[in-house]
Amino acid sequence: MDVKVTVNGETYERDVEPRKLLIHFLRDDLDLTGSHIGCDTGNCGACSVIVDGVLLKSCMMLAVQADGAKIETVEGLARDGELNGLQQAFSDHHALQCGYCTPGMLMSATALLRANPRPSEDEIRKGIQGNLCRCTGYVNIVDAIKAATE
Amino acid sequence: MLLREVEYARPASVQEAVRLLSDQEGARALAGGQTLINVMKARAASPDALVDLNGLDELKGIDLGSDGTVTIGAMVTYSEVIGSAEARARPILGEVCAQIADVQVRNRGTVGGNVCSNDPTNHLPPLMVSLGATMHITGPGGERTVPAEEFFLGVYMTAAGPGELLTRISVPPGKRDGFASVAIGKDGTCIVNAAASVNGGARVALGCVDAVPVLLKTDSVEEDAVRAALQGANLDPPSDVHASADYRRHLAEVVAVRAVAQARGKS
Ligand SMILES: Cc1cc2nc3c(=O)[nH]c(=O)nc-3n(C[C@H](O)[C@H](O)[C@H](O)COP(=O)(O)OP(=O)(O)OC[C@H]3O[C@@H](n4cnc5c(N)ncnc54)[C@H](O)[C@@H]3O)c2cc1C
Ligand code: FES
Ligand code: FES
Repeated sequence: MDVKVTVNGETYERDVEPRKLLIHFLRDDLDLTGSHIGCDTGNCGACSVIVDGVLLKSCMMLAVQADGAKIETVEGLARDGELNGLQQAFSDHHALQCGYCTPGMLMSATALLRANPRPSEDEIRKGIQGNLCRCTGYVNIVDAIKAATE
Repeated sequence: MLLREVEYARPASVQEAVRLLSDQEGARALAGGQTLINVMKARAASPDALVDLNGLDELKGIDLGSDGTVTIGAMVTYSEVIGSAEARARPILGEVCAQIADVQVRNRGTVGGNVCSNDPTNHLPPLMVSLGATMHITGPGGERTVPAEEFFLGVYMTAAGPGELLTRISVPPGKRDGFASVAIGKDGTCIVNAAASVNGGARVALGCVDAVPVLLKTDSVEEDAVRAALQGANLDPPSDVHASADYRRHLAEVVAVRAVAQARGKS
């Protein structure tokens, strides 16, 4: 099926099999490998992207369902090679170790801060509830998101 | 994971969706995909064709009737319920949806998908039974309604049969409701859950203890009466790594008492 999407402002058109998951379409067809596959069961959130303003896990959506959509992925956060405020805060606060969860964390935090620019710590923790991190213990991630609001 | 090859259709109306679903035996409705796509990855289900319900406005929207009835379209997401002023007329709806999984799952998962998948650990089947909701089903033979307590037939089986669609759920007015669970981690999968509605007596629907929600009605809402109803119900819950049958039976009584107490505390 013909699928036309805008990812981080750029338009792509591809012929896609209905069985292809959005995460595979982004990674394999569009070579946007920032979004990761962690669990493939909907639990880890490493594949989180924003589709038409909605944060979702792209391993549970078909690429054909995104036809016509505007997609945001981690590759779209930096501008002209400069990390954005949230990314810089992750770096400053050591909010990652292996970095596997980071693209998903950043997209969840992006969606959270858009809906709620001054979240409490509790709201931050709820906002990243769907993103698992096996390294950091979350404390520095929460600190980084809090710092990005200041 | 690469799914098995599957056809995909995006119908323009409920009528067309029903036709597509009844024309082809191996066709399945795709709602939020938060269960279906995962079971397709695991090959636990391998439909030949997916009929995507996303984009059908007829299945969207939450309506508050003049008598206080809240009618929820099958394709309404949990996040939409949580954010809806109309759904707040029956506050428990948003309160329970906010306990399901995480932001991403709540943004995609639908009320219709939750009840139609009838996973015994899901949140909404017992809730709809305790609230005395009415399920609206459309199929090749036309429309019909089924009370929630008759809708759930078995694990992953409901009264919305092959070729049929759940279109909306009507929830009668009320406020004195409660929901309690013991889950695997915060907002995780339920080990046991109970939804309660108090109106004179209590309606308590228990989840995770049988293939379908178990409805108990008590004349009194006192704790002793709720405990007696639970003990008289002869529950035969499953055992798994999270809880033995005995422990689950014990927890069922605990969460039932909590859900009723919560409902009684509301005015
Ligand atoms: C990580 C994770 C954690 C989760 N935790 C919970 C939890 O704690 N509690 C909970 O309740 N759920 C939980 N879920 C499940 C989630 O709520 C699903 O969204 C829900 O079970 C199915 O809804 P869906 O809209 O995604 O439906 P789909 O997955 O698209 O469909 C499910 C089934 O219902 C059928 N169906 C869907 N809509 C209709 C309709 N209108 N008419 C007829 N048939 C229909 C489909 O054909 C399919 O067989 C979790 C999911 C994930 C990924
Ligand atoms: S890969 Fe999508 S949630 Fe883990
Ligand atoms: S930094 Fe390794 S999983 Fe989060």
